Amino acid sequence: MALPNIPQGERKAVRDPEVEEREVDVLIVGGGMAACGTAFEIKKWLPEGASVLLCDKAAMERSGAVAQGLSAINTYVGENKPEDYVRMVRNDLMGIVREDLIFDLGCHVDDSVHLFEEWGLPVWKLTDDGKNLDGKKGQKVGTLKSGAKPVRTGKWQIMINGESYKRVVAEAAKLAIGDDNILERCFIVELLLDANEENRIAGAVGFSVRENKIYIIKCKTMMVACGGAVNIYQPRSVGEGKGRAWYPVWNAGSTYTMCMKVGAELSMMENRFTPARFKDGYGPVGAWFLLFKAKTLNGLGENFAASDAAKQELENYAPYGTAAITPTCLRNHLMLFEMKAGRGPIIMDTVSALAALGETMSKKELKHLESEAWEDFLDMTCGQANLWCAQNTEPEKKNSEVMPTEPYLLGSHSGCCGLWTSGPDFDWVPDSYKIKYKDKVYNRMTTVNGLFTAGDGVGCSGHKFSSGSHAEGRTVAKSMCRFVRDNADFTPTFSQSKEELVDLIYKPVRLYLDNVAYTTAEDINPAYVKPAGMALRLMKATHEYGAGTATFYTTSSKSLEIIMELLQTMREDCEKLAAGDLHELMRCWEIFHRIWTVESHLRHIQYRKETRYPGFYYQADYPGQDDENWFCFTNSKYDPKEDKWECFKKDYVKIISD
Amino acid sequence: MPSFVIDEKCDGCKGGDKTACEYICPNDLMVLEPNAMKAYNQEPDQCWECFSCVKICPSQAIEVRGYSDFVPLGSSIYPLMGTEDVMWTCKFRNGLIKRFKFPIRTTPEGAANAYVDMKGKDLDSELLSTEEADGYALPTPQELA
Repeated sequence: MALPNIPQGERKAVRDPEVEEREVDVLIVGGGMAACGTAFEIKKWLPEGASVLLCDKAAMERSGAVAQGLSAINTYVGENKPEDYVRMVRNDLMGIVREDLIFDLGCHVDDSVHLFEEWGLPVWKLTDDGKNLDGKKGQKVGTLKSGAKPVRTGKWQIMINGESYKRVVAEAAKLAIGDDNILERCFIVELLLDANEENRIAGAVGFSVRENKIYIIKCKTMMVACGGAVNIYQPRSVGEGKGRAWYPVWNAGSTYTMCMKVGAELSMMENRFTPARFKDGYGPVGAWFLLFKAKTLNGLGENFAASDAAKQELENYAPYGTAAITPTCLRNHLMLFEMKAGRGPIIMDTVSALAALGETMSKKELKHLESEAWEDFLDMTCGQANLWCAQNTEPEKKNSEVMPTEPYLLGSHSGCCGLWTSGPDFDWVPDSYKIKYKDKVYNRMTTVNGLFTAGDGVGCSGHKFSSGSHAEGRTVAKSMCRFVRDNADFTPTFSQSKEELVDLIYKPVRLYLDNVAYTTAEDINPAYVKPAGMALRLMKATHEYGAGTATFYTTSSKSLEIIMELLQTMREDCEKLAAGDLHELMRCWEIFHRIWTVESHLRHIQYRKETRYPGFYYQADYPGQDDENWFCFTNSKYDPKEDKWECFKKDYVKIISD
Repeated sequence: MPSFVIDEKCDGCKGGDKTACEYICPNDLMVLEPNAMKAYNQEPDQCWECFSCVKICPSQAIEVRGYSDFVPLGSSIYPLMGTEDVMWTCKFRNGLIKRFKFPIRTTPEGAANAYVDMKGKDLDSELLSTEEADGYALPTPQELA
């Protein structure tokens, strides 16, 4: 029996949704690694009688960036010093980072990794005679916590069998917080400030993507951790392949937009990540470089990164460029240099790498190595494995192309955009890094009182990855419990009425219902625009003017001036977004979040008059780094009352020695 | 068309308490058409090919066809999920077949220790609950600038 030819969207939206009002002490927005960390930790500290609620746009079992799994945990400090962790992150992000946040995270991340292993995540182990054991066999040599050695591919990375990584972490989170305190498929879209107290978070509003229902939630404190921003620039694949983003395609910049819209300060939003990955499939290259010791070649077959010209170029960016590990952006920079000079494409020489390893290995060991190479894809980027099969690529026989992707915004991977947050309350943390409410410092609180963030939300740090995001979410849990204890007498009050909030959330639905009958085809109507069209409009503008792949990541003052005008009209036209069903309503709010996030990104690029991250983006009017004027954080703040943006500098303080 | 549902195999999870693919899809793509009681991917160009729907489907009715923009036809990869391992079958365009088995978890499903009874003692310290219980000494930076 074939399916009937039905219109898209099974869950029709209605004009008047049901409204559910709730009041809790702690609200957790998000369900990824950071939010799972918060969920695990929160009840262990929550004052007697206090309540908590977690809202996830998807299902926690497979939501967030780790939904598909991972083949490695990129941050495990282990035998290293947290000081060295700070140095690594600082160098990779070209010097300007919050060393208090990074050091703090480095002190807690291993505890989360130990929990993951206890919960059932298989972690590879190294035997005394230097052999690798997978996560199952490795159990017999003990746990990391008991002193067993992980298999390190780099100084900070450890190998795992991580297909079910998120399922395991979510299981513990859900058990800890309790099913009654979780709302899945609830998309929070706007935060609300308190009516009586200036700059104080009081709640949030969102809707169910499963039934016509709006949630209006009051709270004393809140964490927003909804990941970074993806599908904001035109991807290299523009058809079905739009979905094959490197970072999770459902990350819509909600963290940044929702927080900035209530006036939270953003920091380093100019930073972005354009990872170099296997072309089109976007499979990971880390294991190929680190575990299999492969090299990348230019189109002429030269190991360009080791050339004298490359070394000379890197010297322009000393001390970062001349450090033992070349920063991620500069590795891209060298690759782009080859491509622009006509010496592309860039090829990962998997054939030579596996042949070299084969010289010292038995047949059985080689077979195991091949399996490890495939697992690297199958654990975290299944589509890349399929692409190799479709291209008849056996890596020992055929090399693969590597290519830098379209830009992504994030704060937990090799990028550092996000919210400006408080560091911990220690003597060694400078006062300028502490955010106080009623004379008390709350670690990871934003500049809006009571509003916290973690993972991709916290700016100026980066290189937390999955494990660090979880640990950071746990730190936030404790901060929020402290906040609830210290402010028990607070009663959140909204200035907006219930009706006003319903009008706001369901505006796209009503616009659709009021106008859909006018034309014979619902997607084309002069009264409204569907979110799919608006998404393409954003991507086209960023691609052409905002340092997308069209211009090899280069923008200019004039281009930025033009795109600011385009974004302004997009924001105005968002008033005319229309949704016929609940899935489309979700897409309306996502594109709205994306547009605001992109605007903040480009405002920061416009403000910072230098090119701090060559390889990630170039401001053609200000090439090169200008330490004298720009060795500082750039922050921005949107004033919700005045509808005005402001960009300004914040001093960088060096805490850890070179 | 990233993930696709095989008509003959999909029974709409009639016997279950939820439609599995609809429950799990991180991007809200899989939906049930209630008349035919069959699921489908409502927005294929937003599919991450994460295989969450493929892995959870109790009828093994869902597979993935590579993105039409760049993936040549004729290949497939398919995961068979066990409680401890996943078995992948990777079929090349030229007919070559490779199979790989990887561990996925070392504890029974549902057995993760969430330390539900643990209560932290000092809310004003920066120690996390399990760190406090272990007597962890929080480092302070020794190598200051």
